[in-house]
Amino acid sequence: MAATDLGERVAVRAAARPRPFWTIPRRDALVGYLLISPQLVGSVLFVLLPLGLVVYYSLQEWNVLAGTFEYVGGENYAKLLADPNMGPVLTSTAFFSVGLVVLNLTLALTLAILLDQRLRGTTFFRTLFFSPVLVSLVAWTIVWQFLLQQDGGVNGLLGVAGVEGPNWLRGETTALLSVVVVQVVKNVGLNMVLFLAALQGVPRQLYEAAQLDGAGAWTRFLRITVPQISPTILLTSIITVVGSLQVFAQIAVLTQGGPGMSTTVLVYYLYQQAFQFRHLGYGATLSVLLFLIVAVLTLLQWRLRRKWVFHES
Amino acid sequence: MKAPGKLAALSLTALLTITACGDGGTAPPAAQGPQPLRMSIWTSNEAHLKLFNEIAAEYRKSHPQVGAITFDPIPFENYTTTLTTQIAGGNAPDLAWIMENSAPDFVGSGALVPLKSKIENAAELVPAATRLWERDGELYAYPFSTSPFGVFVNTDLVKAAGQKAPRELMKAGQWDWEHANEINKAVAAKGKNGLTILNFDYKAWDNLATVWQGWGAKAWSDDGGTCQFNAPEMVEAMTFMHKAIFTDKSMPGPGSAVDFFSGDTTMAVAQISRAAMLEDATFKWDLVPLPAGPKGEYAVIGQAGIGVLKKSPRAEQATDFLAYFANAANAAKLAAYFPPARGSLLTADTMAKTSPLLNGDQLQEVVINGIEKGVVKPSHTGQAELAQTARAALDPLWKPDADVKAVLDGVCAKIQPLLGG
Repeated sequence: MAATDLGERVAVRAAARPRPFWTIPRRDALVGYLLISPQLVGSVLFVLLPLGLVVYYSLQEWNVLAGTFEYVGGENYAKLLADPNMGPVLTSTAFFSVGLVVLNLTLALTLAILLDQRLRGTTFFRTLFFSPVLVSLVAWTIVWQFLLQQDGGVNGLLGVAGVEGPNWLRGETTALLSVVVVQVVKNVGLNMVLFLAALQGVPRQLYEAAQLDGAGAWTRFLRITVPQISPTILLTSIITVVGSLQVFAQIAVLTQGGPGMSTTVLVYYLYQQAFQFRHLGYGATLSVLLFLIVAVLTLLQWRLRRKWVFHES
Repeated sequence: MKAPGKLAALSLTALLTITACGDGGTAPPAAQGPQPLRMSIWTSNEAHLKLFNEIAAEYRKSHPQVGAITFDPIPFENYTTTLTTQIAGGNAPDLAWIMENSAPDFVGSGALVPLKSKIENAAELVPAATRLWERDGELYAYPFSTSPFGVFVNTDLVKAAGQKAPRELMKAGQWDWEHANEINKAVAAKGKNGLTILNFDYKAWDNLATVWQGWGAKAWSDDGGTCQFNAPEMVEAMTFMHKAIFTDKSMPGPGSAVDFFSGDTTMAVAQISRAAMLEDATFKWDLVPLPAGPKGEYAVIGQAGIGVLKKSPRAEQATDFLAYFANAANAAKLAAYFPPARGSLLTADTMAKTSPLLNGDQLQEVVINGIEKGVVKPSHTGQAELAQTARAALDPLWKPDADVKAVLDGVCAKIQPLLGG
């Protein structure tokens, strides 16, 4: 009974005394929130808020000069579905992205494999291939603009070899190809370094064991290297796909979307609509489309990773 | 865990409120102290800026309530895009230089402050110069520069190719596109560039009006409703240009680097404000009117107006400064580079007094006569989209084997819906 009395007394006292607000779980939570707050503030201000605003603007017709701002509901989305330019724009975007991703990843992996060899001069070549990453994008593109002119450096070199080069930035196919190559050469160093780090993390004994089992170089590459570096392949492919859909400066400097609409990719079309033609509501609608495309592609890659990325199955 | 959840929600709300209040672009500035003014312009030429700054400094002497007056150069290629982006972003300048191709958009939208009663002796502004900037009898921008296009000629290159100078041809009544083309063809054969149309670069096609006007061609009908790119006059004019570029090589082809002012190009179609770039020229040059076309002599005018943006919180001071900037005395000074719209100043003698680089003959032939008979470069409501659509449709023309008529039919197919039907 005494024990029960004591238990009751404690319970009564506890009920009478106000429970302290800052319980241990609450303190933990507060510290947690404080620790993530810089990132949270940044994300809210610079990611979530603009994202929300873009969706909001896509439902408006905003005439900058007249200063009018009207709710138009789904009108901009209806315009998107009926826009005759969307076909050529999405085709250019697809060609551009596929070309860029395939060329970038293949070249980056090839360079990484070559530079992973223990040979003299590899440090020099690593620096050489990585250095364009550090150059200002616009400066890089302007230099290439000169090189790709009819009488520019590229055709000069081809001329030495007896080949008459095309007018790179004025032909529909060559213009798209030129923008892809300029972008790949600029950024391939970044993926190369990532691949190089991954290659150097592959345990050497796996190769030795495979070699003892009689595996050739190609089999070792396919069965050991690719699975071992697959997390890096996933990372680089996501970065490159997302990056390829956001290429703007190169097109603005080199081709302005031409000739015809051959290099008018979605981001550039969005810029034209929003800033040049001042259809800001429609520009925002195109941004929503771009966001959805990037989100779906990233999600798809993330879902598919279980099928091919090592450690993920 | 409820309280931290509330805490987070509260912080987020506070953050959003702060952000929502952050749009300071349209908030009126503190009333105390001198108020700064900003004018966006496209030129970054030192001589032009020096003159603007002198006028501004003079104004501030008698207007202590006005603070620093900044002239903010925006590159020509993206001028209107940058300006409207500044306006959309709540960072509109107080005054803006507006080009003729965006005049219908700016004037029609009501973005500008009415000026007629503020401009000194507005009645003397010549009607050809004010037409673009007027709506319902009110003037919305001061026609700051009404500048006919002329042809700058590198006479050293012409002489070296053994050709007659354009001025000689003028005297003989032979200054036409056929003869001009022969000169450029001869110089190009010697490895230099022939004729370039400044700012065209196979993209800004409205500059080609300086050529096609000679054939009597037009981009669209006078009421702006019908495409005229595939009319016979335009087909002839474009065929002439196509032949000049790809057969005669008398005009540098697409993708070539051309710079008249460095001395490697024979002729450049440009406005007289470009004369400032020839101050230190290492070659002999002349300025002559556009060559005659099959339809005879003609002139084409490029215009720029200066307007005060209604959005400016200092619109009143800005209007007052513009009235000073554009008064007769300052218009006379500015005439050195920017031909005035004031009738009293439009004489070769008056302009020659302030023009350091051009002589009376050049001013009379190109500027005075040009303003008298010139037509303004094409402009239309929604010009940016029209320009871009026509640019894309014209691209196939800039190939050696182009079918001129088919390409021009394609241009009309694309732009007719934008012209309104």
